[in-house]
Amino acid sequence: MTHTPIISTGEKDTRSGFGAGLLELGQQYADVVALCADLTGSLKMDAFEKAFPDRFFQCGISEANMIGVAAGLAITGKVAFAGTFANFATGRVYDQIRQSVAYSHKNVKICASHAGLTLGEDGATHQILEDVGLMRMLPGMTVVVPCDYNQTRLATKAIYDIDGPAYLRFGRPKWPIFTPAEDPGFIVGKAQILQPGTDITFVANGHMVWQCVLAAQQLAQEGISVELINLHTVKPVDADAILTSAAKTRAVLTADEHQIHGGLADLVGQLLSRHLPTPLEAVAVQDSFGESGTPDELLAKYGLAPANIVAAARKLLARKG
Amino acid sequence: MKSSYTLAEMQQVCAQVRRDIVRMVYEAQSGHPGGSLGCVEYFIALYYDLLQHDPDQFTMEGKGQDLFFLSNGHISPVWYSVLARRGYFPVEELATFRRLNTRLQGHPTTHDGLPGIRVATGSLGQGFSVAIGAALGKKLNHDRQLVYVLLGDGECQEGQIWEAAMFAAHKQVDNLVATVDLNYKQIDGDTRDVLNTHSLADKFRAFGWDVIEQLHGNDLQEVMETLRAARSRTGNGKPIIIMLHTAMGKGVDFMEGTHDWHGKAPNAEQFARAMEQLPQTLADY
Repeated sequence: MTHTPIISTGEKDTRSGFGAGLLELGQQYADVVALCADLTGSLKMDAFEKAFPDRFFQCGISEANMIGVAAGLAITGKVAFAGTFANFATGRVYDQIRQSVAYSHKNVKICASHAGLTLGEDGATHQILEDVGLMRMLPGMTVVVPCDYNQTRLATKAIYDIDGPAYLRFGRPKWPIFTPAEDPGFIVGKAQILQPGTDITFVANGHMVWQCVLAAQQLAQEGISVELINLHTVKPVDADAILTSAAKTRAVLTADEHQIHGGLADLVGQLLSRHLPTPLEAVAVQDSFGESGTPDELLAKYGLAPANIVAAARKLLARKG
Repeated sequence: MKSSYTLAEMQQVCAQVRRDIVRMVYEAQSGHPGGSLGCVEYFIALYYDLLQHDPDQFTMEGKGQDLFFLSNGHISPVWYSVLARRGYFPVEELATFRRLNTRLQGHPTTHDGLPGIRVATGSLGQGFSVAIGAALGKKLNHDRQLVYVLLGDGECQEGQIWEAAMFAAHKQVDNLVATVDLNYKQIDGDTRDVLNTHSLADKFRAFGWDVIEQLHGNDLQEVMETLRAARSRTGNGKPIIIMLHTAMGKGVDFMEGTHDWHGKAPNAEQFARAMEQLPQTLADY
């Protein structure tokens, strides 16, 4: 099977994609408001703040209050984008999100940067690896984990159109850009088949999609054909895309920058075991906290490097027989 | 729906609301009668005198209307009774309180579309922030109507209250009138024994709020005057908070002034005794 090879056109941090998308939303829609808890520069929300000072709410280091204020703004018809580090945007304010936002069905978008190990040197206190699990357990919460700068920009704009709460996860480091700036193929709730294949299915999101691209290139040299699914929307999940691919390849590997618990391993594993039992391997953090280090060092140490994906794929293919 | 009421009429509603509260909690054999009974005058003053609202045309956004938030959501019986009596939904629905498939959940929620409710509360500390956000939204919308919010004094032990207090003063949210139900009681006992908040008036003043003390929170006339005074002080750069001294369990002698009735239903004998003290003034639901 032939396909256009996936190539990187440059590097940029996904948080900058969020900042760019937010600014565009502000320009386009008067009902967009933004809130931040003393991390405006880190979240790249400064352009929005500068352009729309009346619609920007600096909340200080008070995340619980920020979530409540966002819910209140939503009551008066605003679409509230509340941003901080993923750790403080989820675990720290879980009950506020659960009650004031999710259960109350408020139009609040939780925008979470610096997620996962690739936050790097700040260490495990800030490297949340449980946030996707926490958010996808909440009824009615849309959960989106875009894979690069372009897609984060598009995802930021796309969640504006969702009526209700959404969680958007992105990161700190510069990361390869490999999806188009304008991408009609990016639709919230619809998995993207970035590369068709026949031997094994990779289901990944966030930074791990690029890791899978590199692993698939290596496997291709060994004659192994990988079907690569970018599952940018974790909830609602595009079950059809996964099941259709699994029916074809009969081997599924998940990869996400998250604990093995609560992330894609659980999600895809449950889906397959209920509908189409299929051998599964998971590339994820194996029930441990992170530590200080560079993103690449951490991805390697915690088993999230392309080499780990290749090894897991070989193991899976052996099981498949 | 009638829109102005005499003091005598409002006092009649107060009496019936007290009766509703005890009946609802008794029939459900669960709920929070103590704080509900203590806040009856506040709710009647708010919904029958102060609020600029339209019970027949409830919308989530409440554009051009005053908004009310109950941050201490556990005193839902008083809120439900007053909302029903004021015409937000049929009085008969009070009989469904806390029962399966009801819109009158144990703690207030928007989930089932009950008119009058704009956010789920009950996890303490959260409704205060939401009210502040709504007040900021009103300003952005150039909507000159006000936002009111009620907190419990025990609730002020939550850290989020102080995040919100700092924020509202900093942002000069002066279209907001908050009230603390100061009854010095919480589930485990007297607030001064459980976790002493000391002077909440001093604390809110130190945070930059305009603080009003009302020592007679169960005197309807005084509560109305205090709320009107608070309304007249809006628009001056500071959020406003009323320290409303009330008696938990007010109106039922064995419930009054004790934390025992924070969240407990009476038995048949206690219920009969309470009903003797709370005669019907309007038709029962």
